[in-house]
Amino acid sequence: MSMIEFHDVEKYYGKFHALKDINLTIDRGEVVTIIGPSGSGKSTLLRTINGLERISDGKLIVNNFDLADKKTNMNRIRKNVGMVFQHFNLYANKDVLDNITIGPELVLKRNKTEVEKEAMDLLDMVGLADKAHNYPAQLSGGQKQRVAIARSLAMQPRAILFDEPTSALDPEMIGDVLDVMQQIAKQGMTMVVVTHEMGFARKVGNRIVFMADGQILEDAHDVNAFFDNPQEPRAKEFLSKIINH
Amino acid sequence: MITIITEHWGELLSGLGYTLGSSVIALIGSLVIGTVFALMEISTYKWVRGIGRTYVEIIRNIPLLVITMGFYVIVPTFFVKIDGFTAGTIGLMIYTSAFIAETIRAGIEAVSTGQMEGARSVGLTYSQAMIHIILPQAVKMVIPPLGNQFINLVKNSSVLAFVAGFDLMYQGKIIASTTFNTFDTYLAVGVFYLIITMPLSYLMRYLEKKWVTA
Repeated sequence: MSMIEFHDVEKYYGKFHALKDINLTIDRGEVVTIIGPSGSGKSTLLRTINGLERISDGKLIVNNFDLADKKTNMNRIRKNVGMVFQHFNLYANKDVLDNITIGPELVLKRNKTEVEKEAMDLLDMVGLADKAHNYPAQLSGGQKQRVAIARSLAMQPRAILFDEPTSALDPEMIGDVLDVMQQIAKQGMTMVVVTHEMGFARKVGNRIVFMADGQILEDAHDVNAFFDNPQEPRAKEFLSKIINH
Repeated sequence: MITIITEHWGELLSGLGYTLGSSVIALIGSLVIGTVFALMEISTYKWVRGIGRTYVEIIRNIPLLVITMGFYVIVPTFFVKIDGFTAGTIGLMIYTSAFIAETIRAGIEAVSTGQMEGARSVGLTYSQAMIHIILPQAVKMVIPPLGNQFINLVKNSSVLAFVAGFDLMYQGKIIASTTFNTFDTYLAVGVFYLIITMPLSYLMRYLEKKWVTA
């Protein structure tokens, strides 16, 4: 069953054409990695999925909600679709535990003690149970990102979007974050990941989308075949540039 | 000065009470009104922004005394009868709210957009995100300029003297006109103002240390 459907989606910022004729259907449980040069529209594409950016034309269905329809309540989509940002965006005025519980408490109106117990389990899963009462400023980048993932999971979403989750991290922190993401993928979560981590794309992803200039140039279900033998010249060029370093 | 204070202890103390009362009411009121107008100034709706901007620009560019006189004269003439204390306190509240709106708006704009996106991405509404995430951070950031506004507010409350508001300055005027000891009287009045403003100043510094550097 499909979780996310793009039909002829266009996105403009003024005159700038950010997304061109996007057609993409993502099924439940799929782990899709989106790669491509910077400025190719990867993040914009991701941000349209939970309504942080509105599409200009076409049709976008997420979890059976029509995002092009102005009457659609975006908060109902965001309840079901989590997001992890490049710069974490943890709430600076809340400790780690509150960062995780505020969503379930305010949005899902759930019981505080119950939510806190689940939050502690999630922190345990990401290996940060001892940091529950620290503030974001006291954490390293890798720790912040793992908290951000736990925050997203606490809403029990149907899908999670990752916008370059490891790009702002020190190299030695990246592994911990990718491990957590791999764990979530194994549990069957639908994931859309914009990343430059080709290892992750190859090992964890079961589909790869290559974008350039606001277009989807390649959409491969066979990830290994894509890396070994990309069809598009632009994809070939992109891969040769990043893999030879 | 000591004789003035001992002989007119009652009047000065009563004046201190009125000054303090007016300041506390105006402070709370202007903080609430100022926050509302700050939020209007950053609204996504153009007309709401327009109203916010117009309010701030008009109010902060009129002298406090004129605003206060306006309330003292216009409101009783056309609406309800209010005394000098009420008119003065409302004038002070409205006047200060424009400055507080500007201060808080600057604070909100200094909080990174990522905080709002992070909050919206878990499904919080705009107002939930504002109340729980953005405003607490914005207010902390503007504690030093907010402290200036509060201290100015206490000192500006001396405007009540012009509308018979029974405040410190008003009592000082009466004492000076009966004793003819102008110098000592206003010296005493100054000391009584310091009794309010100095602790307030230290409180704001304490909060600044505790919150801003945290």
